[in-house]
Amino acid sequence: MDAAAQSHSAALLSSLRYKLISFLGPEQVQAASAPDVVAGVQPKLVIVPGSESELAEALRLVGDAGLTVIPRGGGTKLCWGNPPSRADVVFSTARLNEVTEHAWADLTVSVGAGCTIQTLQETLAQHGQRLALDPLWPAKATVGGVLSANDSGALRLRFGALRDLVIGVTLALPDGTLASSGGKVVKNVAGYDLPKLATGAFGTLGIITRAVFRLHPLPRNARSFSIGTKGAEEARRLIHAIQNSKLAHTALQARFENEAAPIVDILFEGTEVGLDAQEAHLKELAELASLTVTSPDIWNTRQDLWSFAKPEEAAIAKISVLPVEMDKSTTAIAKSAKVRQLRFKTVLQATGIGFLRLEGDPANLRFSLQDLREQFESNAGSLVVLHRPAGMAPFDAWGSAGDALPLMKAVKKQLDPGNALNPGRFVGGI
Amino acid sequence: MDARILEELRAIVDGRGLVSSPEELHTYECDGLVNFRVLPRAILLPTSVEQVRSIVRICHQQRIPFVARGSGTGLSGGATPVENGIVISLVRMNRILEVDFPNARAVVEPGVLNLDVTARIQHNEFFYAPDPSSQTVCTIGGNVAENAGGAHCLKYGFTTTHVLGLEVVLPDGSLVHLGGKTLDAPGYDLAGVFVGSEGTLGIATKSILRIVKRPECVRTLLAAFDSTNEAGAAVSGIIAAGMLPSAIEMMDNLAIQAAEAAVHANYPSCGGLLLVELDGLLAEVESLMTDVNGICRSNGAWEIRIAQSEAERALIWKGRKSAFAAMGRISSNYIVQDGVIPRTALPQVMGEIQRLSQEAGLRVANVFHAGDGNLHPLVLYDRRVPGQQEAAETLSARILELCIEAGGSITGEHGVGMDKKKMMSKMFAEPDLVTMQRVRCAFDPLQLSNPTKIFPTPRLCGETPGEYTPHPLESSGLAERF
Repeated sequence: MDAAAQSHSAALLSSLRYKLISFLGPEQVQAASAPDVVAGVQPKLVIVPGSESELAEALRLVGDAGLTVIPRGGGTKLCWGNPPSRADVVFSTARLNEVTEHAWADLTVSVGAGCTIQTLQETLAQHGQRLALDPLWPAKATVGGVLSANDSGALRLRFGALRDLVIGVTLALPDGTLASSGGKVVKNVAGYDLPKLATGAFGTLGIITRAVFRLHPLPRNARSFSIGTKGAEEARRLIHAIQNSKLAHTALQARFENEAAPIVDILFEGTEVGLDAQEAHLKELAELASLTVTSPDIWNTRQDLWSFAKPEEAAIAKISVLPVEMDKSTTAIAKSAKVRQLRFKTVLQATGIGFLRLEGDPANLRFSLQDLREQFESNAGSLVVLHRPAGMAPFDAWGSAGDALPLMKAVKKQLDPGNALNPGRFVGGI
Repeated sequence: MDARILEELRAIVDGRGLVSSPEELHTYECDGLVNFRVLPRAILLPTSVEQVRSIVRICHQQRIPFVARGSGTGLSGGATPVENGIVISLVRMNRILEVDFPNARAVVEPGVLNLDVTARIQHNEFFYAPDPSSQTVCTIGGNVAENAGGAHCLKYGFTTTHVLGLEVVLPDGSLVHLGGKTLDAPGYDLAGVFVGSEGTLGIATKSILRIVKRPECVRTLLAAFDSTNEAGAAVSGIIAAGMLPSAIEMMDNLAIQAAEAAVHANYPSCGGLLLVELDGLLAEVESLMTDVNGICRSNGAWEIRIAQSEAERALIWKGRKSAFAAMGRISSNYIVQDGVIPRTALPQVMGEIQRLSQEAGLRVANVFHAGDGNLHPLVLYDRRVPGQQEAAETLSARILELCIEAGGSITGEHGVGMDKKKMMSKMFAEPDLVTMQRVRCAFDPLQLSNPTKIFPTPRLCGETPGEYTPHPLESSGLAERF
């Protein structure tokens, strides 16, 4: 930006700040500081609207001023995606944090975007229910952030991802529109399914202000087991055998780490008699493999990938491959890590979604991510980077969006014609 | 549409693929909802995606609206033709292209019948879960357009849950791939938006489906209650006990009578009949079935039967799935309604339906997907009696308003189509509908793909490529441009 543009932008911002303060109150409009940095880019202001309509109106003001918006929930995944091409005003949803209606007898909940997953789950548990989703960092992560980043864990195998759990969404658009779609009932085909459009859109189409979810009962009982295997091929065969069996497991994952033998984890939920039957059946399937009862903490393996010693020498990626290609994919990871002299750790779910951590020299990390993305993409899969070291040369977080990219850009243009929301952070420069 | 264009279209699909004689066109003038009838200019029956693209390209060049159609079993008029438009029937594209058991995927063309997917994979203990009652005749393409449900979506989810990827011909003839064989493809979930868009965003020419392993056992229970309220209380009891049955269906006395007359399902004669199906591991299901039995008894069930064989189970389902058609046995005419309420509102809404029914002097039979609050009230009438059809239509619309007032939806699985456009503005506010139409503009700026459906006030898109020509809806004052 040249000096004239910079001064113009500063004038715009100052006039906007005045408008925002007069409308939201001075406490809710603050100068941004270092902790507000978004993937290396420093925003100017942070605002905390107190209601959906305040948020929509503030969004209109920022949009009209031609400035840009970074929606923020708990801030746990702000470094995912590409760095924004510009970041002016952070919109925090922290005050939209109410569980508006837990219709427990109808197994639904309506909740503000800023509510944390943990608070939500605690509220639901009072009636023996849950949102059947295990996203990262539930104590901080919010409903809006988890939806926007489409973050789901091992429970997805049984209950589906967010797209299968969200039944209604209210979105604020940069022209100040507040638009609801879906509804409060699980079964509903009236109008377009915009809750699915908002899910995983990374805040580039609108700011989610509220969501409605379908709920599931908390399990009566649960048991987790781990099974040691001799190698990737055996792990794949075991997972395939379990998937192809009559077992009604809730989660199933395989863990791979450097030279160690892979371990398969499985979770059962249900009645005691059901669990006994499943355990017996599993023992038959696993045959000679070593089967041990394990702690439920094993399902935090994915989150533990972020407990790295040196963030400047680590990269984390979400991968998606065909379930049957699990061994081929993990072999490719091991081979690439070896060639590039990296350490690796992978947790791969039976759905074909996996999370990979690579550690070592940043230049080598980049080579390895590039190699692996090419291999996965050539086989209908994908690799999306979630964490990259500051010292790594720029590397697109998303990879290819295929031949639908022009259509995606058209959707973006319709809902955010001024490119105000999270500019440059999503696929293909969106 | 002049003769030259008709000849161009004929050249694409060969002689057999074009229907334009008036007598034959009448076959296509409506779908399962027969009170909307429009005669299209021509029917095209392509056999390949390339043919679909060529047809759509001509439509795009010539600004001819088109309506894609499968078997035409839809109940909301989603496949009603558009005046001066063409119908693109996908029934000749009916190949199952690929079955991939290890990854639990199947790739199918749009004209494949729903039940044929299961027929192809059942030898390997797999099935395709969405099971609309019309599944022996309806197509996957139509299911995708309507986001078809069925009795078992309580546990297994809807069509949208089972569609992982789509190949779509956009309304300008270009081809795009949405989603894919793997999960979470980078970018917007446009497959999620497309499913259930009722043919307004383009034509799906290929679907990647998720197929499901058959559970170890399935148990089906029938319980007879004096009233639907008691049966409804049992449903709440089952849900509150933390169970997720694969299906919970309810029928009232009139619906039972009709089903008995039609298929002799051997249902007990009662005020409220509950059908509960559990599936999963044998030990688990048997233990839960005991609980269900107890909950039904404690809520007043006076007869409980558990199907003892696959044949008995099939008969129970036959009665339920033929319930709509069975109305013909007890009434000369009837309207099939499809609304959703929060399950807890059932007693109140049922009471109100009963009151309205008495007030109008018309019988209403009730068939529900009770587990998810999806009601199918059937309003019975006699067309020959002056004024009765209008009264039935008014009553049917009033029932939908009850659903909206209870916090529910105007459609759980049949779609909006022609039938419920007007109700959309009762369920959604104007900004909600405008936002949906903005999404539509990204897919179909010229509004050629099934243009007269879903939205009560069609809005034309701001930017249209090429020279400005008024849209037919605009010229006739039916729509405004924004």
